[in-house]
Amino acid sequence: MSITIENLNKRFGDHIALNNINLEVKSGELLALLGPSGCGKTSLLRIIGGLDVADSGSLLFHGENVVERDARERNVGFVFQHYALFRHMTVFENVAFGLRVKPKRERHTEAEIRRRVTHLLELVQLDWIADRYPSQLSGGQRQRIALARALAVEPRILLLDEPFGALDAKVRKELRRWLRHLHDELHITSIFVTHDQEEALEVADRVVVMNQGKIEQVGTPDEVYATPATPFVYQFIGNVNLFHSRIHSAWTQQHGDAVAYVRPHDIDISHTQQDPASLAGEIRLVRAIGAVVRAEVAVAGSDELVEIELSRERFEAQPLVNGDQVFIRPRQVRVFDESVKGSL
Amino acid sequence: MAQFKAHSVLPGFNLALGYTLLYLSLIVLVPLSALFFKTAALGWAGFYDIASSDRVLAALRVTFVTSFAAAVTNAVFGLVVAWVLVRYRFPGKKLVDAFVDLPFALPTAVAGITLATLYAPNGWLGQYFAAHDIKVAYTPLGIVVALTFIGLPFVVRTVQPVLADVEAEVEEAAASLGAGRWDVFRRIIFPAIYPALLTGFALAFARAIGEYGSVIFIAGNMPYISEIAPLLIVAKLEQYDYAGATAIAVLMLLISFALLLGINALQWWSSRKGAR
Repeated sequence: MSITIENLNKRFGDHIALNNINLEVKSGELLALLGPSGCGKTSLLRIIGGLDVADSGSLLFHGENVVERDARERNVGFVFQHYALFRHMTVFENVAFGLRVKPKRERHTEAEIRRRVTHLLELVQLDWIADRYPSQLSGGQRQRIALARALAVEPRILLLDEPFGALDAKVRKELRRWLRHLHDELHITSIFVTHDQEEALEVADRVVVMNQGKIEQVGTPDEVYATPATPFVYQFIGNVNLFHSRIHSAWTQQHGDAVAYVRPHDIDISHTQQDPASLAGEIRLVRAIGAVVRAEVAVAGSDELVEIELSRERFEAQPLVNGDQVFIRPRQVRVFDESVKGSL
Repeated sequence: MAQFKAHSVLPGFNLALGYTLLYLSLIVLVPLSALFFKTAALGWAGFYDIASSDRVLAALRVTFVTSFAAAVTNAVFGLVVAWVLVRYRFPGKKLVDAFVDLPFALPTAVAGITLATLYAPNGWLGQYFAAHDIKVAYTPLGIVVALTFIGLPFVVRTVQPVLADVEAEVEEAAASLGAGRWDVFRRIIFPAIYPALLTGFALAFARAIGEYGSVIFIAGNMPYISEIAPLLIVAKLEQYDYAGATAIAVLMLLISFALLLGINALQWWSSRKGAR
């Protein structure tokens, strides 16, 4: 089931939540809506799910306009950040809920409901807690039950609102891998909202980066990381160093106001000057964080600190110590004209 | 005693328990046992005579039936009031919210006289009922009106916070699963507020059983028809028949106790099923 969004607008009082959104979601893909809080990603998800109404614009499921349709008629599965499980029902009844409220003529027999729910609980690997109540489960288990519940009505589209936001780091990592596997099995068109770039890059087929009610870039995880379309995307996804053309014209190679964006791992560092464009500086901090070593270099003649990442191997071949005089040189630079710089 | 004493960061278990027992004894148990002692002066035969007299039985029936009807009415309409106060925003909401508590503050006799005047056949409201041959004041229906008035805050105030606690997300989840409005109410909201509603019902019911002041003005107090048991007690007291008065009181007490115990059991059963 593909989704087409055209010229969608939504305001809350004076706040513009969504500003003329156009987006095409392909059938069967797993799409991430990524952005800082308040960027409109959750509003967009809720409008697709029919929980909120857009002020203007159209929303098509497989070419069919669904704007007028109620949440209960859209056949969309929704998973909430805080699970929203039914407290007074067992896990089994939670998952069975969508099947039990179907109109009489469409409703399955009790045996069929039982079979389907059991199958779903096996799918989320929680068939052994069918008789428990939500309050007896851990956060990760609750979210998997919420997912099973959403899948029970065989939705055409699955929407997940910060599904792992309330979980601790380790469980979050496990669950997002699991979600990816589940999606590969079911191939249901899915959109999930997150503010965690790592999560979006790891799980999604395509990432939509949003900021202040607008879409900044749509692309595969590799595209948005390697070739960011706007300064905002550059800064939001991954770490970045900024160099102003006024000070470092050799780097931006451009006159007038421009800013060069350089990723920390795209900077070479050496004790000898190998290139006239290199900047001289002094090491201020060296930290080994797992597989990478992070160094901060104070550029001579300015108070800027440049962040540099190098692999452990490279660090061991060329050890760096606080106070070393070094030269840094970018391998890859992306220059944005000052005038197009997105606000942060 | 040690086995009941769970470790707690707050000290004072012994003191608190001792205080609770003393307080309950002084305020509740001593007066109630005095009631039973006084009644015991009648002996079994005397007690049975009073308990089985037609007038007493009729008065008890009037009391419990009207109280039950008033509590049911409050459960339904109190729920609506709580719903409106929690779910909607409208000008004057705070004022409406404050109105709910008025029946608590008003002397019950004032309420009784006011209601009797309003619902009398020639009163502001009574005349419209009278046009359809319905008498409200001076009938059991009038008693129900008075008891509904005094019991309203119980249901509203017990249901309100629980209803406010039901997350909007849970209802949205139900809607996205295809549940209609009625299904959402019946399967999601009602089970969540049901224990609180039952508590409110029990409180309103208990309050109505013991109500005297407002009822006697609107009831008409006709024996066998609109005479309530508390009035009968007062009547016996005025004739210095203390033992007879306490006998009726004991009877009321036993019935009330049994009913409240039943409601509590129902509540315990439903909350055990739910809020685990």
